[in-house]
Amino acid sequence: MLNFLTRRLVAGLLTLFVSLFLMYVLVDIAIDPLADLRESTAPNKQQLIAARIELLDLNTNVVVRFLQWCGGVLHGDFGIAWKTGESVSDLVAHAIGSTLQLVTAATFLSLVVGVVVGIVSALRQYSAFDYVIIFLSFLLYSLPSFWVAVLLKQWAAIGFNNFLRDPWIAWPTLIGVALIAGLLWSLAIGGSAARRWQVFGIAAAATFGMFAYLQLTDWWLEPKIGPILLLVMGAGTAFAFAAVFAGLHNRRALWASLTTVAVGFIAYFPMQTVFKMDIFGPSGNGASWLILLLAVVAIGVGFLIGRLYGGPDWGVSARTSAAVAFVMAALIFVDKVMQVWPPYSKALGGRPIPTFGDRTPGLGGNYWVTVLDSFTHLVLPTATLVLIAFAAYTRYSRSSMLEVMSQDYIRTARAKGLPEREVVVRHGFRNTLIPLATIVPIDVITLIGGAVITEAVFSRPGMGQLFVKSLEEAQVDPVMAYLLITAGLAIIANIVADIIYAVIDPRIRLDA
Amino acid sequence: MSTSTPQNPQAPEDPTAASSSTENAIELKDVVGLSQGQIVRKRFVRHKGAMLGLLFLILTALLAFTSVGFGPVPGWWQYNGRETNLAVVEAGGAPTMHLPSFLGGPGFAIGDHPFGQDELGRDMFARVMLGVQTSLKVMFIIGLVSCILGILVGALAGFYRGRLDSILMRLTDLFITVPVLVIGAVVGKITGGVSAAVFAASMGLLLWTSLARLVRGEFLALREREFVDAARVAGASSPRIIFKHILPNAIGTIIVSTTLLMSSAILLETALSFLGFGIREPEISLGALISQYQQAFSTRPWLFWWPGLFIVIIALTINFIGDGLRDAFDPRQKRIPSDRKMSRADAVSRRPAGVIPMQTQDTQGRP
Repeated sequence: MLNFLTRRLVAGLLTLFVSLFLMYVLVDIAIDPLADLRESTAPNKQQLIAARIELLDLNTNVVVRFLQWCGGVLHGDFGIAWKTGESVSDLVAHAIGSTLQLVTAATFLSLVVGVVVGIVSALRQYSAFDYVIIFLSFLLYSLPSFWVAVLLKQWAAIGFNNFLRDPWIAWPTLIGVALIAGLLWSLAIGGSAARRWQVFGIAAAATFGMFAYLQLTDWWLEPKIGPILLLVMGAGTAFAFAAVFAGLHNRRALWASLTTVAVGFIAYFPMQTVFKMDIFGPSGNGASWLILLLAVVAIGVGFLIGRLYGGPDWGVSARTSAAVAFVMAALIFVDKVMQVWPPYSKALGGRPIPTFGDRTPGLGGNYWVTVLDSFTHLVLPTATLVLIAFAAYTRYSRSSMLEVMSQDYIRTARAKGLPEREVVVRHGFRNTLIPLATIVPIDVITLIGGAVITEAVFSRPGMGQLFVKSLEEAQVDPVMAYLLITAGLAIIANIVADIIYAVIDPRIRLDA
Repeated sequence: MSTSTPQNPQAPEDPTAASSSTENAIELKDVVGLSQGQIVRKRFVRHKGAMLGLLFLILTALLAFTSVGFGPVPGWWQYNGRETNLAVVEAGGAPTMHLPSFLGGPGFAIGDHPFGQDELGRDMFARVMLGVQTSLKVMFIIGLVSCILGILVGALAGFYRGRLDSILMRLTDLFITVPVLVIGAVVGKITGGVSAAVFAASMGLLLWTSLARLVRGEFLALREREFVDAARVAGASSPRIIFKHILPNAIGTIIVSTTLLMSSAILLETALSFLGFGIREPEISLGALISQYQQAFSTRPWLFWWPGLFIVIIALTINFIGDGLRDAFDPRQKRIPSDRKMSRADAVSRRPAGVIPMQTQDTQGRP
């Protein structure tokens, strides 16, 4: 293992060095820092050009300049963006924060939704649902991201903001939405005709009921979860997780999850006081760390509840209740964020979905307002990335699941009489994740450097924007810093993918 | 392979479920006397999605190349997309194409400017068609260049192994290290003023890496097979073994991944043009059109729809063709009817007074 790591790291560093050298030369050819001066009509044009050449050291050979740049990087000096005189380290530090927000949210969402839909689609191979999903994923996969981004910006954002002015959905529209939702659920769950009708009815009624509730309680203007909805949603999550991860016949897991929900429900009330502490105020610091800590505590409590229920297979209960606890914690967090929605919406003049930037300048407010502000700024870019990544993950997980489900060990698992849930979740799903585990790290890393288009359309000041802007403005140092980071991360991602592969698939040996 | 489908194993085994030997016999009947190429072609033609994709791609290409013409050949459309200040037909240069009345439109019409006019009065239909031409050209050139390069690098690395392999693979790593969009932006900036063909060729010089890795993998596996040994014993030279014996066996992987590469290439080209690093005026590409008209969205949204729509059509058709090719080349792919169709067929075959289905009839113990 160690041998493998050193070998790969040395090879990676060499590749990095050579690729950076090539990039430096290419960028040097591509940019022309003197372009604006050549066309200037200033009387002291020659002097200005000479000064610029002096500033950027343009008379030195490009190879020497590259080596100087490398020397600087080794000392932790990434140079300066000469147009503004800012240090590149500061620029990158700001940009990478904005990009990470976007990438984390988008990857997490698209991965969860994509894998679930892909697996369901594979389990219903050649059914109507499967065909709908195949076509949808092909369509989304073929969409140019900038086109989607601009359409979302122009239609979804502006349309939704207009809708908020007078939030009322016509009843026929709601019925139509409910019928479509019912149809999709019945196709996804499948089974006999009677079962399909049953699922269709329940899903359509539930969807209609949910929208009617939102509509009648003026939820669109004052979104909140509140204790009652928290309890309902928590119980639903507990049943769903227990059914998938443990099977409903495993009463211990079910009771553990439900207990977790009850604990979360009780914790909701003291948490409201905790959330008013000074650390969440306008001048508070480290609130994000506290939230992270609370999330970890929640997961720990869930795990403990599962453990205390004991039984021969306590691991299943512990895992299930930990997952439920995480969802409960997230719901409580979201509820708190939603509570600041009315004043926030008012502060933005009733048009709360912004179409550019990553924060509202000069907004002020406490931690919760800041969080809500970055959420609303994330909605559209995340939607863009999710739509396209969702298609890719659906396709991967579908084909991977099909491959796994045709293996002999699945037939063996069925032959020895395991319930279908166990065959799918334990034998099928886990092995489906193996190829995905090698794709995801590389995807995430590519996204960190590569959300270029989404960032350009929504003018989010992230890494992609940093690169594109600097390249346009002929600033070599920020461009090279960007390339150093993306190339370095790409090399690391490849090594990580190999290691993950070896860890989860014992047939692969890295030292062979 | 059993006939039970993954989703419903508890369903009673269907009485027609035959022993695997009968099933193999039925399967073989489908392909008996056909060459590998014929089998693949037959499967491809049967793939509905792929055939529809091919049809739409051909129609789009025909429309684009005949309407405005290309090179010295004139087209049948009255404008070439470069005349400015044409008379504005509809208010604001809106499209003159209308839906037929049964779809809620004011009656079907094509009119002078079916896709509308831009702020300079130019005909949008002609401009979109020029953009489609460029995008198709760019796509095929990228596909061709990267396919040739990928095959060469992959074949050499996989066949000769050893030092050549490690040099070529390190080179591939080098190209993979930096995101394609980044190299594309730099190349686009350098080649900014040149034609679409040169731009496409330089993009092709960058996109061969994934194909090279796949081809190398195929070659590493295939070179150990007996038919390669046989060819070598018979005195075949290395180039002959590479091109005559191994390459045809790897052609499935190559064709499929080239198709998928082409569909991502068209998105990449449009994305680069959108960022301003790709094809620029006076050349027209679909991405450049969208980028150019992005600002006009609120006043003339149709300028924005049509180029995007054609990008989606082209990428979608190519993806479907690629999917059909993959299914056609994959010998494990089998078209299994859905549960419901199976049970319906079952019910039909059971109806004639419980006759035992033919395949399971026991012919041994009968007089």
